Amino acid sequence: MKMMRNRKLMALGITAALTAGLLSGCGSNTTQPEDNKEDAGEVVVYNWGDYLDPETLDMFEEETGIKVVYEEYETNEIMYPKVESGAVAYDVLCPSDYMVEKLLQNDLLQELDKDNIPNLKNIGDEYLQWSAQFDPGNKYVVPYCFGTVGIIYNKTMVEEPVDSWSILWDEKYSGNIYMQNSVRDALMVGLKSLGYSMNTTDEGQLEEAAQLLIKQKPLVQGYFVDEIRDKMIGNEGAMGVIYSGDVHYAMRENPDLAYTIPKEGTNVWIDGWVIPKNAENKENAEAFINFMCRPDIAHINFEYLTYSTPNTAARELIEDEEIRDSDILYPDMNALMDTCETFKYLGEDAEELYSDKWLEVKSQ
Amino acid sequence: MKNKKNIWLSGPYLVWSAAFVIIPLLLVVYYGLTAKDGGFSLEYITAVTQPENWKALWLSVLLSLVSTVICLILSYPLAMILVRSRLSSGSMIIFLFILPMWMNFLLRTIAWQNLLEKNGVINSVLSWLHLPAVNIINTPGAIVLGMVYNFLPFMILPIYNALSKIDENLFHAARDLGANSVQTFVKITLPLTVPGIVSGITMVFIPAMTTFVISDLLGGAKILLIGNVIEQEFKQASNWHAGSGLSLVLMVFIVINMIVTSIADKDGEGALL
Repeated sequence: MKMMRNRKLMALGITAALTAGLLSGCGSNTTQPEDNKEDAGEVVVYNWGDYLDPETLDMFEEETGIKVVYEEYETNEIMYPKVESGAVAYDVLCPSDYMVEKLLQNDLLQELDKDNIPNLKNIGDEYLQWSAQFDPGNKYVVPYCFGTVGIIYNKTMVEEPVDSWSILWDEKYSGNIYMQNSVRDALMVGLKSLGYSMNTTDEGQLEEAAQLLIKQKPLVQGYFVDEIRDKMIGNEGAMGVIYSGDVHYAMRENPDLAYTIPKEGTNVWIDGWVIPKNAENKENAEAFINFMCRPDIAHINFEYLTYSTPNTAARELIEDEEIRDSDILYPDMNALMDTCETFKYLGEDAEELYSDKWLEVKSQ
Repeated sequence: MKNKKNIWLSGPYLVWSAAFVIIPLLLVVYYGLTAKDGGFSLEYITAVTQPENWKALWLSVLLSLVSTVICLILSYPLAMILVRSRLSSGSMIIFLFILPMWMNFLLRTIAWQNLLEKNGVINSVLSWLHLPAVNIINTPGAIVLGMVYNFLPFMILPIYNALSKIDENLFHAARDLGANSVQTFVKITLPLTVPGIVSGITMVFIPAMTTFVISDLLGGAKILLIGNVIEQEFKQASNWHAGSGLSLVLMVFIVINMIVTSIADKDGEGALL
């Protein structure tokens, strides 16, 4: 009885092994063309969820013969501990500005060999200047996407011109205001409206910002992240704090919507490609980053994401003039330098302080 | 021989629970009882007494209690109707209650968001009928509604089971002995369904107590429950110690609930005999 079960199991195992062999055989036949580059190896990419057109991964595999192992994360905070523990040796990551800084401070990144990334020339100088704020000398990061945070509003519900954060405290719009449901983004609005830096570690300033947000809370309809876009499209509210990358889509769906960057200044964010220190396939990683910087590929990804691309050559490929020259997608980056900032990594103590203040606001 | 075989059969489950239940639980205990420098500390357990956390915990208890009571009030009569109705139509109704559970919990909650919104389905219908609009979205009321909707089947099923186990002859005997229908209910039906009621309460109260999705989606994240605080500590603040500490406090509530359940269940079984 037992024997037979074992034999059955064995048969099952052999069948499984055979099937797997057969399948992998098929796989390599279709992905690798005649000039077989069997030894090209692989590249392990750990990117934001849905942050590139999957088609570009197939194109990369086909052209280089490098197999892409692709994983996704939802937030910087989920990505960081996995990279720090080194449990998986990732070759390419796509962290945001402040997370790049944290990775650098903890010595988790390695310098890029720019000779292997000739397409870096396609990235506009003004964007490299911004990314130098968290990556001095542009040694570690190749910017991939960027944007601003501002106010999206419905022109049929808001009469006066919108140019300042202060409108989010106007009682006329009680119950029609959306705020961002994340620590730094929400406190940024409070700090910037008070004229402070959004990277402050001064407890007094943070407390002031928190009090301002507490005062605002009765007027707020809800704290959301990605849902704000859909709620604004559905005419559920009059205004909300939003990431510029979502604005283009929202305005296409609902022409009554408009976007503005408040005059007090805001957050300019940049996500970029980096290579962690424990990467096992550095050259493949650079080949991948170089591929992503190629104008046609960056253009495909722009069309897929509609997040602003710092790739100037790709931007020129955009056919729709309105999008190519849009102030929302492509504001004058030099003019923003005076009032806007990128988020900085502030260290664990300050992180806790921010989190406490935010909890204070939310629990009111 | 037979015993040995049984132990062997439970092997996979033991491995599973060691890897995915016991070890993670020990990790939560470890993180909850240590400070950031790794030393032993009760700092994050006592953090629950901070006004923000205390308020969130209190609100969770309150909203879960309200939801549990509403679920009970809705479920009991319904379960009685189901038991008394003929078997075929009864199972049809049960099927209708189980059916939504085949859909993902998140999707159903998002659907409620669309129903309750200012320009949502319900308000569109109301305005078409020239009735005043309902502004319930992003209020505690919407959270309670979401909890009741999502956890109602967990209350109906145990009560239904307990009711259907009661021997019909007990009712006949009660009537023979001169009890009216109210007396029969109070002296026969209710005591015999206590185990069902208690397990229904547990199965509604615990998930309601720990939820953070419902309060985020239907409460507009304006109302902070203890689940939201823990979620924020883990996902946004990356402070696993604080999140674990609060989880341990929450576990105390769940353990208390389970102790009450097991005591009541024993009574219930005693009553059955």
